This record gives sequence, structure tokens and C-alpha cells, in this order.
Amino acid sequence: MAEALLSVQGLCKHYGGLAVTNDVSLDVKPGEIHALIGPNGAGKTTLIHQITGTVAPDAGSVVFADKDITRFSLPRRVHAGLARSFQITSIIAGFSVLENVALAAQAKSGSSFRFFRAAHGEAALNEAAREALAEVGLADRAAIIAGALSHGEKRALEIAIALATQPRLLLLDEPLAGAGPEETERLITLLRRLKSRYAILLVEHDMQAVFALADRISVLAEGRIIATGSTTEIRASAEVRAAYLGEEEMPC
Amino acid sequence: MPRLRLDVALTLLVLAVLALAPFIGLGANHYLTMFARMMILAAAAVSLSFLVGGAGLASLGHAAAMGVGAYAVAILDAHRLTDITIVLPVALAAAALFSLLTGAIAIRTEGVNFIMITLAFGQMAFFTASSLAAYGGDDGYTLYDRTEIFGSRLMENRIFFHYLCLGFLIFCWGLCAMLLASRFGRVLRAARENPLRTQAVGFAPYPFRLLAYVTAGTLAGLAGVLFANATEFVAPAYMGWQRSGELIFMVILGGLGRLSGAILGAVVFVLLETWLPSLTAHWKMIFGPLLILAVLFMRGGLIGFLGARRG
Amino acid sequence: MSSGLFLVQALNGLQLGILLFLVAAGLTLVFGVMDFINLAHGVQYMLGAYLGAALAAATGSFWLGLLLALPAALLFGLLLEVLIFRHLYDRDHLSQVLATFGVILFLNQAVKAIWGAAPLQVPVPALLEGGVVLMPGLQYPLYRIAVLGAGIATALGLWFLVERTRLGMLVRAGATNAPMVSALGVDIRRLFMLVFAFGAMLAGFAGVLAGPIFSVEPGMGDHVLILAFVVIVIGGIGSIRGAFIAALIVGLTDTLGKSLMPDLMRLFLDPSAARQTGAALASMLVYIAMAAILAFRPRGLFPARSG
Repeated sequence: MAEALLSVQGLCKHYGGLAVTNDVSLDVKPGEIHALIGPNGAGKTTLIHQITGTVAPDAGSVVFADKDITRFSLPRRVHAGLARSFQITSIIAGFSVLENVALAAQAKSGSSFRFFRAAHGEAALNEAAREALAEVGLADRAAIIAGALSHGEKRALEIAIALATQPRLLLLDEPLAGAGPEETERLITLLRRLKSRYAILLVEHDMQAVFALADRISVLAEGRIIATGSTTEIRASAEVRAAYLGEEEMPC
Repeated sequence: MPRLRLDVALTLLVLAVLALAPFIGLGANHYLTMFARMMILAAAAVSLSFLVGGAGLASLGHAAAMGVGAYAVAILDAHRLTDITIVLPVALAAAALFSLLTGAIAIRTEGVNFIMITLAFGQMAFFTASSLAAYGGDDGYTLYDRTEIFGSRLMENRIFFHYLCLGFLIFCWGLCAMLLASRFGRVLRAARENPLRTQAVGFAPYPFRLLAYVTAGTLAGLAGVLFANATEFVAPAYMGWQRSGELIFMVILGGLGRLSGAILGAVVFVLLETWLPSLTAHWKMIFGPLLILAVLFMRGGLIGFLGARRG
Repeated sequence: MSSGLFLVQALNGLQLGILLFLVAAGLTLVFGVMDFINLAHGVQYMLGAYLGAALAAATGSFWLGLLLALPAALLFGLLLEVLIFRHLYDRDHLSQVLATFGVILFLNQAVKAIWGAAPLQVPVPALLEGGVVLMPGLQYPLYRIAVLGAGIATALGLWFLVERTRLGMLVRAGATNAPMVSALGVDIRRLFMLVFAFGAMLAGFAGVLAGPIFSVEPGMGDHVLILAFVVIVIGGIGSIRGAFIAALIVGLTDTLGKSLMPDLMRLFLDPSAARQTGAALASMLVYIAMAAILAFRPRGLFPARSG
């Protein structure tokens, strides 16, 4: 079996007396989609923050491509090849769609302390951006102001931005959140296509999508990983059912 | 998109009038004095607009950097060093260093705290200037000479000085516009709008912002050199928070987010400042409410206002 | 400097701190609750001083002047809120800075037009004339002690109001998380109007108290305003406790600095230069302190907002 690309070991995070992340370990191998699921309040968001570098863990390590990135800032992790999308769409609304992606390409293409040439005229950046946009099906929307895109298009734009940073791993935080059925269908097709080239850590509430896409699934409940396994194994797990049933009984 | 470029057209018109001023009956000394003030303040306002509208750094201490440039001229003048080969490098270095030191701390903060800490640094500079007893202290300092250009007294020629100021204004406008369009500026603009997203594509905003802050401060310092030469006088008030407030006024009055807005704002400001006192000694009782009305009813500044009227 | 003189300066510093706190308290709540920068808060202090002086002169009694000046300051604060400020809450900070800057320009000039540019003298009320012997041979004016007492009493009252009453709880919650408070069904605009008017009155109160100590003149609010901003930024925006501690720090630093620095400078400079340089350096001290604190704690000593 292939070596893990991302390996999280023994991650812990406490807020006051509350263990929000409790000894979490998981890994993502090249070319696989590893889905992270769990009821609301399980600590998914905090875990993602620690993997992407916006929250520092109390203990544990994050190793990416054989490099210990536990203390890396968010921008440094991106340069190491870890790209993310946000749960709540985060794009630069005042930029054109193309410029949103070109900015990401710029991060991967030499120094940005260049002052004399207009950035929008840099063919190499625009070319890379167009490629990423074509990948997600937004090629014909390149000139539009990003804020004017539909919700589903914005989700796709986020993925294009992530692709333009030339990542090895995509961390997608609920990429389907708020998308309509048709848009969901399109995004699932897109993710399936991306899977061959990128390792993907997918956090998603849409169980149908998770079971359709994931190679492996980890279930997070109350800050702990209670199960990791193939889709069939997870479907059969009594513990997982209990975690989700518990949520249904106490909706909050 | 002709409407979008209305501000630029208007600004070019203003610059053309300034360029032709000596030939179209506006060459009298009192006009030239007013124009010099207008152009220098406009250049400082453009650098502030670059900082606020471009990089999203709302500084309320921009006048301090301008004052540092002006005081460099005064202090060297007191030691009879007036040649541009000395004055210019010293003023540039002083303004850049001041901006670097204050910016390094200020940019660590955000939002309101940034406004306040830049205000505090401005006040520090103000009090430092007041303490310079050898250079006039509270009362200010009158220059012996204007800066000499390779030993010549060209700066004392009013026409030459007029075009020098105009050239400097155009230089500032061009430079800031070029920077905003560059890769560097793209990161600044992105970080202004969405800092988290900018980090998530791999940019740490801090060094970009700091460089923008130093650049704007250095340009303001240069404006200060010209300002000291224009008035042949330097005083702590050049650095005070009221002056910073006036610069902010020019930027916002013209229209934040457009460099050309700062030029239009400065023109209107200086015209008001010249005209209103001729109506009443208490002209600030008119100016204050005008300011309030401008904020309340002209969102987007003059440019937004004109655009809306046309549309 | 003798220990007696030091004691006097320390008391003066505390008293400046208390006055600053009265100004900063309203400012920090307005800032915290509505995220609104009000540069015009300083002119409310000035206005309080002028109203106090004018009303005291008209009625012949400092106390009547004080009693009338407070509601007048409150009403004026309300007037500004209704006419101008409430239209600025949803605007960016710079627009707020600019519009309230306009208010300052207008009021400073208006005061000059009405009362003239020369400073007004406000006599110390007869009841509080004379001094208190602090130690043999050292007297301290009774009025200043009274100001200190009144300030501390007000601070305690304010602390009680903010920490121990339902209204105070709402204000604190508003400073931490305004959307949540309005989600609870509280009319945040009304709440804010109240806080605002109350803050204006406190600033006015500080102005009336300051009248007999400092000169009452146009622009007197500007310096206090900037110091009050320093106070709330050091203290942490929205925090009453932070404002109180920071106000004392700033008051003491400023006052002690101004009396100690010239002496210190005399070690290096000739007397006249030492006086000027020392005074200016002392004025800088509080800003240096602020920069130092923000460099290490960018959100102030007691940040009220979480996240």
C-alpha cells in the first residue's frame, strides 16, 4: 500500500476543560478520497483548522509529504502543497473570476514582489488560471466579477483557486454545502475526476455524496475518531450508528 | 466603459489646467502659491489613497511621514546643508525609516486599533518636533534658503517650482497606479478584500502591507520636502492629527478606491480652504458641516456622486 | 524631587487619570457596542466645561451650574446622535472619523464664536476652597481632592451599573457580541442611544469638574480625546475595567513624566533646552507606552471582544 501523503498523529486541542480534539490520528494516501464525517459539534471545524494552520494544536503532529508542518503558517502549508476550500465560500468578490484564480497561480510562479508590470497582462498566470477554470467548468465565466456568480459557481471557483496553487492534497470543507441538486451532481462528477490526480480530504455532510465518492471514511464524534474504514465497514458499524442516532435524538 | 473613466478624465482636465495655469491668466503669485499647496497635498493624498483604498490600511498618521520629510529639510537647513544631493537622500531615508519602524508595529494590529496606533505615532512625531528647541520647537522654523539643485537656486523660480510640483504629483499618481496593477498590488488588493483567502492561496499579507506602508510614507516624505520649500517654513502642526484628518478628508471626498479621487479631493479642499475664510472668520463653522454632509450624502465621494448623476 | 512633591504629582496624575476615565468610559462603550469611532467625544468634554462655566456664571453658583450642565450635556449628546451619528453606524470607520472630525471643527469654532478665543476662568466653589495638609508643610487643594473623590465614586457607580444590573449586562453583551443581543429581542439602537447619551453626560461631567483646574478654552477637548483613545486602546476596546486601569496608567505616566523628565534631561542639556525637550518627551511617553503595549498585545490589555 502506498505511503501516506498526509499523516495526522495524536492531535489534541482543549478549550478550557473541553477536549475539542482528542488524540486524533488519520492519514490520506495519494490518489484517494478520505472522507471525514461526524455529527454537528464533533469538532470537525477545529480539526480542519489545525490541519490547515489557523489553529495551533496543544499536542500531536501534522506530517505532509514527509515534512513536519505542525508549526507551519497557513501560507507555508499552501506552498508545501496543501490547498483548502472553505465551508463558507471565501472568494475575492471584487476581483474577476479569472483574477481570483490568477492570484493563486501567482503564488506558485516566482516572487510577488514585482512592481513594474501589470499583473493582469501576465499571459502565463492567465493561462494557468484558464486551465483551472476549464477544469471546473467555469471557462466561459472568466471575465465576470466573482461576486456575481451563482452559489454553485462560487463553490466551483473555490476549487479552481485551490487547483491553481498546484496542490498535492485538497482539503475540501463541505464543498457541497448549500448547492442545489443539479449543482451537487456536477460537483460530484468534478471531484471524481480530480481524484486520480490529487489526494482529497473531504469533509461533507451529504452522506450520499460521501458514500459515492470516498475510498475511506473516518467518523469523528466528540473530538475522537470512533471509526475508520471502507464505506461498507462504516455503513455496518454499530458505533457510528449510535453516534448519529444520538444526534437525531438531541437535535441541536 | 466611458463612465468608469470619468474620474480620470476629470483629473486629466485638472492637471491640464494646472499645466497651462501660467499661460491662461492664473500666473499671479497668489495663484501659484495656492496651486503649489494644492499639488503637494494632492500628491500626499494620492499616496494615502494608495494605502487606504489599495492596501486597506486606514492610517490616521500620514501627515507625520510628510512632516518627517519637511523637518529633514529644516534640520539640514539649520546646518546650512541645502543642496538637493544631501537633502533628498536624507529626507527619503528619514521618511522611509520612520514608516518602517512605525509600520512594523502598527500593521500587527487591525481595524480600529490600526487607526488609533497610527494616530498615536503621529502624535509622537508631533511632540518630538515640538521638542526640537534648536529647530524652533512649538513655534516652527523658518528656512534660510530653499533647497538648491546642484548649487543652483532654481527652486526659487516660481514657474520652475510650479512645474516641479506638477511633475511630482503626476509621478506619484503614476507610481501608485503602477504598483496597484502589479503582482505586488494584486496581493495588496486581495488582502484588503479577503485576508484569509489571500493566506489560503499562499501569501502572508504582512510583508506586502509593510512595504506598501513604507512606500506611501516615503512618497509623503517627498511631498513634505516640497511643502517645506513651498512655505519656506516648518512647524509641528505639519505632523498633527488635524493634518492627517485633512488628508483623509481629501481621499474620501474624492472617492476611496480611486487614486484620481484623491487629486480631485485635494483640489476641492484647497479651494474651500482658500475661499471660505474670505466669507467669515468663523469659516470652520461652515467647513465642518460641509464635511459631515459630504460623508452623509456623497457615498463614494465626488466620483461616486458624479457617476450617479450621469447614470 | 522631594517625596512631598512626588506625592502631589502622583495625586495630580491620579486625578487626570480619573478625568480621562470619565471621558473614556463613554467612548469605549460606544466603540464596543456599535463599533463606532466618535472623534467628537472630546468636544463633549469641552462643551461640558463651557456649559458648566457659563451656567455657573449665570446662576452665581458652581453647584447649580453643575446640576444644569449635566442634563444639558446629555441632551446635546442625544441631539448629535439623532441628527448625525445614527446615520453613520453602518458606515466604514474612516467615514465615521471624517464626519465626527467635521463636528469637532464646527464646535471648536462655535465655542470660539460664542465665548471668544480667550480662556475662561472658573472659580473654585467656596465650599471647596483651601487645602488639606498632606504632611507637615505640604498642602493639597481641597477641590482637587474632591474631584478625585467624585471621580472614584462615579467609577464605582459605573462599575456597579455595568457589572451588576440587567442594563449593564446588556451593554456588556452588546460590546462582546452585538448581533446576539439584538437576536435576544433587545432594541440595540435604543440601547445604544442610552449608552451614547450617558457617555456624553459623563464626558460633560468631566469637563465641568476640570473647569476650575484647567483653563476652559476652544480645542481643550482635542488633547483629552486623543489621550482617551490611547486609554481605550491600551485598555482593550469595550472594556470598562481596562479603561479604568489604562486611564490611571496614562494619567500617572503623563503627569509624573512631565514633572520628572525635565529634571532628568537636565543631566544632559542646559536648563532651558532641558525644560522644552523634557516636556515634549514626557508628552510622548504615553504614546510610547501605547505602542509598546500594542506591539505585544495587539488587542489591548483586557480585550472585551472574543474571537
